[in-house]
Amino acid sequence: MATEQSVAPAAGDQTRIHNIGYRNYDGPRLGRAYARRSLYSQSLRGAYGLGRSAKSKVLPMLLFVVMCLPAAIMVAVAVATKAKELPLDYTRYAIVLQAVISLYVASQAPQSVSRDLRFKTVPLYFSRPIETTDYVRAKYASLASALFILTAAPLVVLYVGALLAKLDFTDQTKGFAQGLVSVALLSLLFAGLGLVVASVTPRRGFGIAAVIAVLTITYGAVSTLQAIADVQGSTGAVAWIGLFSPITLIDGVQSAFLGATSAFPGGIGPSNAEGAVYVLVTLGLIAGAYGLLVRRYKKVGL
Amino acid sequence: MIATESLSKRFPRVTALDRLSVDVGPGVTGLVGANGAGKSTLIKILLGLSPATEGRAEVLGLDVATKGADIRERVGYMPEHDCLPPDVSATEFVVHMARMSGLPPTAARERTADTLRHVGLYEERYRPIGGYSTGMKQRVKLAQALVHDPQLVFLDEPTNGLDPVGRDEMLGLIRRIHTDFGISVLVTSHLLGELERTCDHVVVVDGGKLLRSSSTTDFTQTTTTLAIEVTDTDAHPDGTRAVRDALHARGVTVQDGSGLPGAGHVLLLTAEGEETYDLVRDVIADLGLGLVRMEQRRHHISEVFKDSDAERKEAVGHGN
Repeated sequence: MATEQSVAPAAGDQTRIHNIGYRNYDGPRLGRAYARRSLYSQSLRGAYGLGRSAKSKVLPMLLFVVMCLPAAIMVAVAVATKAKELPLDYTRYAIVLQAVISLYVASQAPQSVSRDLRFKTVPLYFSRPIETTDYVRAKYASLASALFILTAAPLVVLYVGALLAKLDFTDQTKGFAQGLVSVALLSLLFAGLGLVVASVTPRRGFGIAAVIAVLTITYGAVSTLQAIADVQGSTGAVAWIGLFSPITLIDGVQSAFLGATSAFPGGIGPSNAEGAVYVLVTLGLIAGAYGLLVRRYKKVGL
Repeated sequence: MIATESLSKRFPRVTALDRLSVDVGPGVTGLVGANGAGKSTLIKILLGLSPATEGRAEVLGLDVATKGADIRERVGYMPEHDCLPPDVSATEFVVHMARMSGLPPTAARERTADTLRHVGLYEERYRPIGGYSTGMKQRVKLAQALVHDPQLVFLDEPTNGLDPVGRDEMLGLIRRIHTDFGISVLVTSHLLGELERTCDHVVVVDGGKLLRSSSTTDFTQTTTTLAIEVTDTDAHPDGTRAVRDALHARGVTVQDGSGLPGAGHVLLLTAEGEETYDLVRDVIADLGLGLVRMEQRRHHISEVFKDSDAERKEAVGHGN
């Protein structure tokens, strides 16, 4: 120390040696939970194209605008015409715009997981402190959050607009809250299904097609069968058929418990007992999707 | 740094590691083996990602079976295959990987800039990785393994797919990881020759078994092999034969390079030292032939095989 002190002034102010050699890192290492949070925020940003190329921002941002635009129009109409209530219930909004939501899941679920598989980035994650479950949780949570942002934002627009139009406060708040619960459930369900399908293939194109197929073909089939059942007068069957597609599942849950009017043919939603089955199936699917993802990534490993 | 004790890994149809016991100290260690010799399986077990069927292993004094996450925090890993997304820049990618290793955001950015500079990536680090050359991609892969300042890195075939110049640069960089950065290295390759130059210690595995583990000086003592190829002239229609006879006359044993590309035109001889090179040059010049090539042949894993077979036979012979 003594020599260092005597040398330092002598070395003078004119010359300074920059040490560009290797520096060791002895700062904090924040471990698993931090790594999981980092992966979550990176994936969530990625779901809207942030931190990625300009091209990849186009579709998610466009869908976001398409999702919010009808809400804005409705609000404008409601304010202008001094309507007594909004033209569309909070709970109905996501059901009506389900095509946009499906498109969003189909485009973003593959980008979230297929890319890591395709470019074999997964081993790099697992050579770090995080475990399979951390990866799956971060990815699942990020896509569910992205979907929640997509589906809840128009509800916020509707709510704010409704308050501006001086509609009944308690009524609107109750509807808004019910809507939020419903889209939260929808986000979890759609994210889970989308990720499971997308994580099977490293090809993004296949992933997109497969997710669209799962979400829309099931809906097409179910609503057709429901229509036939309704025409033939077997109204009891309508509710049970609704269990077999994701969007009718959410519809059933919210019309049984969240005060929504059902979009089922005849407008008759499931009864409370049937509704309980709907809730169980929905939660089962969400848990099942998580389980399948964990199993899938246990295999991928290094 | 690494210690394994009769480590075995069996899959339903194949035994990847068979009672492997090695001790690896600090420094640069080469892990040599043919494809499928069990190198990557060993790395997986050492990272705590795949349980061993039997036996135990320690990395940095931590048991791989119970302390996997702690090991992975202090160890870096560069995979053999491509692992880089093409649509992000090297900086963005390495920052993300640093955070995945637990570095706080600011530290992650600083360490990324430092590390990319150390592996030799400058302005191009802001461009998407998709446009990089193979050499640059290898550097990014190396940078992500070093960014969290590990105590030990596993490099799986880092010279794969590189041209000779890139190979030399990569080997120099690996050497520096230990000498300048103070990080120990375990590097795998199927070429013994290139590891001889960079490693302090070489471990050879084959079929999941330890074939040989010794310091590099032991390997270089087994003398180098020279390959020679000459032209034919009118005076010597079979130049190869002429050289062989002339060298024979001077007491140097020469073998045909059978089994090599250009067999029949290639001569192999063992170089005892500088004087062998001079002798060959003089002999060829005296005969008036053209020297097409004279090179140190890369040792291949099979030679270690031959050596150990020969030694084993010898040992058996002594036994009698």
